[in-house]
Amino acid sequence: MTDKTVHEEPKSPAPRGRARRKRATALAGGDKLVLGLMLGIPTLFHVLLVWLPSLGSVALSFSSWDGIGGFEDIKWVGVQNYVDIFTHYPRFWPALQHNLIWLVFLLVVPTTAGLFLAVLLDRKLRFGAVYQSALYLPMVLSLALVGFIWQLIYQPEQGLLNNLLGTADSDPTNWLGDPKINIYAVLVAAAWRHTGYIMLLYLAGLKSVDPALKEAAALDGANSFQTFTKVTFPVLKPVNIVVLVVTVIEALRAFDIVYVINKGRNGLELLSVLVTDNIIGESSRIGWGSALAVILLLISLGFIITYLYQVFSKENRA
Amino acid sequence: MTTAPTARRAPLRPGRVVLHVFLALTCLTTLAPLLWAVYASLRTYDDTARNGYFSLPESLTLENFGNAWTTGDLPHYYLNTLVITLPAVLMTLLLSSMVAFGVARFSFKFNLALLMLFTAGNLLPQQVIVTPLWRLYRLIELPEWLSDSGSLIDTQIGVVMIHIAFQIGFCTFVLSNYMKTIPHELTEAARVDGASVFRQYWQVILPLCRPALAALATLEFTWIYNDFLWALVLIQTGDKMPITSALQNLKGTFFTDNNLVAAGSLLVALPTLVVFFTLQRQFVGGLTLGSTKG
Repeated sequence: MTDKTVHEEPKSPAPRGRARRKRATALAGGDKLVLGLMLGIPTLFHVLLVWLPSLGSVALSFSSWDGIGGFEDIKWVGVQNYVDIFTHYPRFWPALQHNLIWLVFLLVVPTTAGLFLAVLLDRKLRFGAVYQSALYLPMVLSLALVGFIWQLIYQPEQGLLNNLLGTADSDPTNWLGDPKINIYAVLVAAAWRHTGYIMLLYLAGLKSVDPALKEAAALDGANSFQTFTKVTFPVLKPVNIVVLVVTVIEALRAFDIVYVINKGRNGLELLSVLVTDNIIGESSRIGWGSALAVILLLISLGFIITYLYQVFSKENRA
Repeated sequence: MTTAPTARRAPLRPGRVVLHVFLALTCLTTLAPLLWAVYASLRTYDDTARNGYFSLPESLTLENFGNAWTTGDLPHYYLNTLVITLPAVLMTLLLSSMVAFGVARFSFKFNLALLMLFTAGNLLPQQVIVTPLWRLYRLIELPEWLSDSGSLIDTQIGVVMIHIAFQIGFCTFVLSNYMKTIPHELTEAARVDGASVFRQYWQVILPLCRPALAALATLEFTWIYNDFLWALVLIQTGDKMPITSALQNLKGTFFTDNNLVAAGSLLVALPTLVVFFTLQRQFVGGLTLGSTKG
């Protein structure tokens, strides 16, 4: 029985089928069928709607198709879409660059802030729960809504920020309209929402650190900074990997917030926006959009595999 | 009196005072954007047009909320969201708990591969899937009474389906970890008593998973409620959009009246905020369950 035959698995669910009759652990025929359906239906559903389209993106990325007409109208053009995207698609490199800025910014700012706050809150503290609630709160808002709320802050004349800076009347900065700075303005808003999540992950990680380790370090004369860098942080490695993957995926998925602000134009181009533009935008170029999606897929796959390795290597041993 | 020492706690130290001041300020900064929206939403258009937003209010009113509610046609969009979110959350939990049960309680050779398939699927960026999915939805024909487009495209069923398919991954992962912690003797005993596999799942394991299911239901509700992309791409008729994707229309409806935009935004945020404040423990528990275990 191989891994590929997931859907028809009820043939031999029990490890040693020969002893089926005598052993209480064996499965009766009806049970096998039920179990097969319980595993098969959700798997089929997931594969059909998630993995099949992913493979479809790969296949269609080698085609030229405007989506009109049937499959017989698909022209296969090899790697032409990729060549065109890399060489003369003016929106591609800025979009890729913005995704990278997004990733680096999220990896540096909310991760540092989240870890720092988690360390501060990981102790018996009055109002600790209140602080935590306040810091988690932005996490429940959708990124689309975050975009809306922060527009109220970034407006040139009426926004909170320019009024606080005192530049609203004289020389207002157009935070979301200036293509040189708007990506960073949006990133501050995205980081606002992301920090609470990172803090939550680190808090959970810190709680699982054995206090005896810290005590031993303290007995050996380490100060609290040394204890953190030499003892606590290395133990947090699994959490660090989760944070890394969560952040990368977040950076690659980023879409909603720039779309509600200006549909991802004028300094806010992202790979996700370019893909979406080929479906609901003005031009419906299926092959082209798929090639962009595959680039996104290749970038994310490396991190997904890292994550799977981290999470499931333990189970392999168990 | 944030730092008043009590008998049980550490005595008041300058370090603690600094810590509390710092944390309080950080929390205030975090809440500032929301508080600013609340403040703007409570003022009248005339007031802010005359004095600007950065000023003391002439009067405070709830009028904007009423206006946003009616001009934005919010009840209609709330209902659209409910029609999508409720079946999506329930079906996700049902299907993922079935897979998790099979994977966690029986030792099939393909268990690990299956779990990895689901987990990896959940981590894919949506845009990787969206183009072929859109084509696929146009190919799947539905009867007239289910869909006026004649296919899965532009239907709420289509959005529900992709939510389920996508979210099964995360829930299966979390639930299978949870089910592995339930002692095997329990299902063993049920089996000896003649309980079928389905009864072991439905009457023994599922009731014991209630805390995990509650945590996941809270999380999934928030995530599906907050979805913007799927509905935006798969639904073409503005009327059928769930509330988060309809924000775009609302912006047009409210033109430049920021007070109305603020009130509308807060109303859209309200259900998730209510869930957060009443079920925070489940919400946080669900996220850490999914990230630190395994």
